[in-house]
Amino acid sequence: MMTVAAARALRDGIRCFVGIGLPSTAANLARLTHAPELVLIYESGTLGSKPDRLPASIGDGILGETADAVISVPEVFNYWLQPGRIDVGFLGAAQLDRFANINTTVVGDYHQPKVRLPGAGGAPEIAASCREVFVVVRQNSRSFVERVDFVTSVGHGSGAGDRERLGLRGAGPTTVITDLGVLRPDAETRELTLTQVHPGISVQQVRAATGWELRVSPELSETPAPTVAELTMLRDLKGRS
Amino acid sequence: MAEIVSLADGIAELVRDGDVVALEGFTHLIPMAAGREIIRQGRRELTLVRMTPDLVYDQLIGAGCARKLVFSWGGNPGVGSLHRFRDAVEHAWPRALELEEHSHAGMANRYVAGASGLPFAVLRGYSGTDLGAVTPTIRSVDCPFTGERLAAVAALNPDVTVVHAQRADRRGNVQLWGLLGVQKEAVLAARRSLVTVEEVVAELSPVPGAVVLPSWAVDRVAVVPGGAHPSYAQGYSERDNQWYQDWDAISRDRERFGEWLRDNVFADSGSLA
Repeated sequence: MMTVAAARALRDGIRCFVGIGLPSTAANLARLTHAPELVLIYESGTLGSKPDRLPASIGDGILGETADAVISVPEVFNYWLQPGRIDVGFLGAAQLDRFANINTTVVGDYHQPKVRLPGAGGAPEIAASCREVFVVVRQNSRSFVERVDFVTSVGHGSGAGDRERLGLRGAGPTTVITDLGVLRPDAETRELTLTQVHPGISVQQVRAATGWELRVSPELSETPAPTVAELTMLRDLKGRS
Repeated sequence: MAEIVSLADGIAELVRDGDVVALEGFTHLIPMAAGREIIRQGRRELTLVRMTPDLVYDQLIGAGCARKLVFSWGGNPGVGSLHRFRDAVEHAWPRALELEEHSHAGMANRYVAGASGLPFAVLRGYSGTDLGAVTPTIRSVDCPFTGERLAAVAALNPDVTVVHAQRADRRGNVQLWGLLGVQKEAVLAARRSLVTVEEVVAELSPVPGAVVLPSWAVDRVAVVPGGAHPSYAQGYSERDNQWYQDWDAISRDRERFGEWLRDNVFADSGSLA
């Protein structure tokens, strides 16, 4: 459900900066279903990749072989991402807080970490420079924390007006898609608010999986169940990979 | 002019204890065989520089060659954690590892500054993140034209950079293509450079989009077929995804990693084919 919900969030024709893993699965599902003109950009330097299977890594050969252009890594970040040419950045997270700030660096103290995570990769500048950011993350009380242990990538900082103060150009995280539902920042406070639950999931369950007092939108809706076409394509895609 | 040498001679000559060493290749063309040769020759106190440490630095860190790691993303791509890296950071095994940590954009621009002969690079990044607080090579500058506050990152000039490429000619001109990563910048930023290649040909045939590093921009070239395995060399080999998955189990356990080192690095000439 999380993958299908994430795929649906991508509109046809937009330019999307894709991370490996679930974002890549969702972006390719979208491209093969409702969004054939979706432009996929990977940080390994491929513009417009059109793989017919899921890439095993960010630099899988199929991304380069099916791309409109292959460019160097400095060029990806300096010419394409930084000036704001990318519509949507699609990120994962190890920890996410109530203002959608992302931690992929450490759990615990930086110098004495409980868990050392992979680090920043392309995410800080993706979060800063794309017009908007979608985050996909499994939701539980360890991943959804009141405050992240380390701000690797800025979401909405400490609330309304913070991105502007920091000079960040894009709108930041507009949609957070989890295995339980969908959260969006409140229009005024920028705090993440539950706007959608997936079929069979209760608000109570989502609250229990959130490390802060979760706000729920008065217009809470239920995610439409995956269609047969979506599920078939997702299975085909995984089967080919 | 680049001289064509054996891998062992190239590493022995160019990589010294205490050096700042960059092995680059963004998923594609990773100089894995060169990494094993550095372990085999017992180099110590290295500062290892690389955007994505990948398996190549997991091996060097686990073998105790590294004092410090300069990087932007340390995972086993598509699989999970780098366990030797994590063991060093979380438990100081086999020794403590100092970290200097950036984003990809920061690292890429540090190489660009290094290759350009400039002391630093400017980017619109890092604002609001905690990275600047833990990484001394991230500062900020005011634009002299607009006054905008921008991130500044110190240039990276490795003592030696090692990359893998598809081919060279007999004079040592090097050609590489496919996903280009930061290889060109890392070679041009370095004081010394070694390029391992799949093959040496009489004459380089033109390849659309390929980068040619002229012989006079490279110090040594070594012929190492399959030298990027388990990563790949477009046109020569495919990525060995199973090997990346197998590494997870090998690297998770200190003893099993030790056996791997003994059997695959110290016991043979370096080929993992």
